[in-house]
Amino acid sequence: MMSSRSRILGRIRHNLGRGPLSAEKAAELKTRIEEHRPNLVPKRTEISPAAQVDLFQAKAEALGATVTRLSSLDAVPEAVSRYLSDHNLATKIKMSPEAALDALPFDQTPMLDITRGAATAEDDVSLTPAFAGIAETGTLCLASGPDTPSTLNFLPENHIVLLRRSQIIGTMEESWARLRAKYGAGNLPRTLNLISGPSRTADIEQTLIMGAHGPRRLHILIVDDAEKD
Amino acid sequence: MTDPDTRKNVALFVTCLVDLNRPSVAFAALRLLEAANCTIVVPEMQTCCGQIAYNSGDKKSTKDIARAVIRAFQGFDYVVAPSGSCAGMIRHHYAELFEDDDTIMVEVAALSERTYELTSFLHDVCGYHPEGIKYPATLTYHDSCSSLREMKVRDQPRALLSAVDGLELREAEDAAACCGFGGTFCLKYSEISESMVDTKIDNLLKSGAETLAAGDLGCLMNIAGRLKRRGERMKVLHVAEILAGMGDEPGLGEESR
Amino acid sequence: MQVTARRFKKNAHGALQDDNIQKAFSKVKGGFPIARAKAAGELPEFDALRDQARDLKNHILDNLDYYLEYFEEQVLLQGGKVHWCSSYADARAAVLEICRAAEAKTVTKGKSMITEEMALNDHLAANGIEPIETDLGEYIIQLAHEYPSHIIAPALHKTKDQVSDLFHQHHEKYGFSERLTDPQALVNEARRILRDKYVAADVGITGANFLIAETGSTVIVTNEGNGDLTQSLPKTHIAVSSIEKVVPTLEDASLFLRLLARSATGQEMSVYTTFSTGPRRTDDIDGPANFHVVLVDSGRSDLLGTNKQDLLRCLKCGACMNHCPVYQAVGGHSYGWVYPGPIGAALNPHMVGLEEARHLPSASTFCGRCEEVCPVRIPLPKIMRHWREEAFQAQVTPKPERWGIGLWAFFAKRPALYRPLTRFAARSLKIMGGRKGVIRRLPLLKGWTDVRDFPAPQGKTFMEQWKKQQRESR
Repeated sequence: MMSSRSRILGRIRHNLGRGPLSAEKAAELKTRIEEHRPNLVPKRTEISPAAQVDLFQAKAEALGATVTRLSSLDAVPEAVSRYLSDHNLATKIKMSPEAALDALPFDQTPMLDITRGAATAEDDVSLTPAFAGIAETGTLCLASGPDTPSTLNFLPENHIVLLRRSQIIGTMEESWARLRAKYGAGNLPRTLNLISGPSRTADIEQTLIMGAHGPRRLHILIVDDAEKD
Repeated sequence: MTDPDTRKNVALFVTCLVDLNRPSVAFAALRLLEAANCTIVVPEMQTCCGQIAYNSGDKKSTKDIARAVIRAFQGFDYVVAPSGSCAGMIRHHYAELFEDDDTIMVEVAALSERTYELTSFLHDVCGYHPEGIKYPATLTYHDSCSSLREMKVRDQPRALLSAVDGLELREAEDAAACCGFGGTFCLKYSEISESMVDTKIDNLLKSGAETLAAGDLGCLMNIAGRLKRRGERMKVLHVAEILAGMGDEPGLGEESR
Repeated sequence: MQVTARRFKKNAHGALQDDNIQKAFSKVKGGFPIARAKAAGELPEFDALRDQARDLKNHILDNLDYYLEYFEEQVLLQGGKVHWCSSYADARAAVLEICRAAEAKTVTKGKSMITEEMALNDHLAANGIEPIETDLGEYIIQLAHEYPSHIIAPALHKTKDQVSDLFHQHHEKYGFSERLTDPQALVNEARRILRDKYVAADVGITGANFLIAETGSTVIVTNEGNGDLTQSLPKTHIAVSSIEKVVPTLEDASLFLRLLARSATGQEMSVYTTFSTGPRRTDDIDGPANFHVVLVDSGRSDLLGTNKQDLLRCLKCGACMNHCPVYQAVGGHSYGWVYPGPIGAALNPHMVGLEEARHLPSASTFCGRCEEVCPVRIPLPKIMRHWREEAFQAQVTPKPERWGIGLWAFFAKRPALYRPLTRFAARSLKIMGGRKGVIRRLPLLKGWTDVRDFPAPQGKTFMEQWKKQQRESR
């Protein structure tokens, strides 16, 4: 019996009025994939790096995220702890088990109860790093990995993201380039999340409600780092 | 004053609805084209553009009718219709109809590029502006779907209307929405059509305008008929009638004098 | 699901009498279209992107076999599995088999139109596996045993009161006994209940907005985050997708992403765009251990090479229905199958048969708004017209209509007969209109006079008056 696979492929070819593609055509398509040329990219982000950071912040805020700018990584623990107290949240966070986050001076905020690992249903606040920030739409790009479990991006009601200034880029296409540089062409981390603001729904009478299933609040700490400017 | 050499040689496509229901629209069109320095011929062999058959899926009848139109309207500089949908049928759909028929494609292409909706022809091709025409009332203009989306006619009728003395143009909410006419749609799906025309009428009335004008008689008959059934008093005229200074004609569905 | 497209007119009649439906759907035009227009206006390249998106989809469809095979190869390389299914039955069987292998008792589901098409939930339930919809709208209609009335806002037809009742009735067993009325409180309650479901589920099933050939990834686009919890918490992730969703590269997905949310809700990006590639990696501490892609054809390949191939460009954004005056009047369920609005009117006859669905392409004024806003420029009215032509030819169009058109065409082709006929009609109708100028009842145009008056003609046809004038001026 013919497999579904060959039946489907056969029907596609038959209805397109041809057999399998010629080797030449197939090579052309393979090259097309390997070259992964950008399509039309909006000009919106053809601006200075500093203006891209401003654009990222403005777009993220318009999406309902909140943004704090910090001058150094050393200021992160204090900023996290202030965020928790501002929102009347318990001083308890679940953090990505990432070396760079571990290196932050959390000894300055001894009140903060920090656990590391993937999220559980009990976690209320998470702190994660980002892979990139896309200025065009105020979108965060988060990549999963052993030290960046993706459940932290969804289960807690409050998600705090540490984004370095140097990670802010113009467009999605620039993040693809950075991903290819890190993971190799044709590879992606298991889960890649593009996140544009906090979770929402309008499924009840088209009324916008925040915090449908994912985080109700998304807070982004943009930290100046030496690599840009 | 007018140099006969610069006069445009125009064939008027009357349209079946105007011919039967409201000839004054065609007389208004003649008056306007005349004023815009055109020599007008009304080809005698015309009946209809074939749209009813086309939209009902009767391609064979449509082709027969279209062939007759193509024959009847050969040899003119321009073909002008006081209707966006009939002009759109000729301009855009005849080519689809005969896409596998090379023998007639040349004639189809020649006809379609010469075919215009009346107000856009007056405005864009003739550079015409009404002079000394009065219509002292508030008016809202309804865009027919084919004029707006198929023939890209939006600003032209408004520009012409704004040159009419005493006329105050008021935009209705969601002016680009369909009135629910749709040819045989309004007969086959009259309940849906009723809901659509009611939505349209509510928006037209909200504009506060005393008169409604449009460039397509189909929409106008639909809206006027529903206005009358609802007992509303808004006056309904074809835009050509107002532009030609015939705005004191009884509106559609009004008591005749 | 039961197909009721044949009863379109009856369905529409019911919807037009239903105040709740009228309220819900008339509200659409004040929301989505305005947001879309704003988003489109804020992106100068929007229309140029639409042209590119159309061309790219055409390129993909012309080489669909190649990109599907490439995609499959990458999924396998990443440690996932691909199941090719030519029918809904094959696809249901494939999903069930994976669920059984996972010894699944409950599965959570992200929003997916293809699983609606294949009636997956009923099949799982019949086989002792409980499917739980997690998109709030899908969750609501699952409780109500209904199906989506809009492709991106499935519970659009439900009022807040109805949701209150449903939750009150179904949530008591979880210890929520109060009847809530505030939308925020309703969302919170569903959130708390579904949270436990995500954690307990053995399998998570999502759809896919895109399949990326380059990386073997499946992509989902959501605003709630339910799809992410669905795919990251259970041990097994199944992405069910129709075959035309494949795109070559990440760059190509970007092109469509820039159009999708703007066209759908007027957002620049939906909140969550998630790329899933294979199962969790060796050292990962979360994510599914098994990753399956179920590729469903079920009639799609048969659209290739036909005058309706353009339908396969559809991104499922819902812009066509958001802008459709017929949809706004009759709501989603009137269409009688999974896809409502213009895309349903053009697609459903192919999926459920022209005889069953003949009303759908017929019930359009060809106003053209759908085509005007379609991000991939599908000529929806043109495709509906193709269906009308096929219906006419196959005599699916009812006899009275065919005869009526035939009779009219007979005269329209013969000016010598047409003139006296119209002269007679103009006079008679004028007389019938009398002083009032309108006719209240015309048996031959019952559809017209049932709901409106007929403006009486002026009395003489233009052609006869014109001829007379010409004669007199000579």
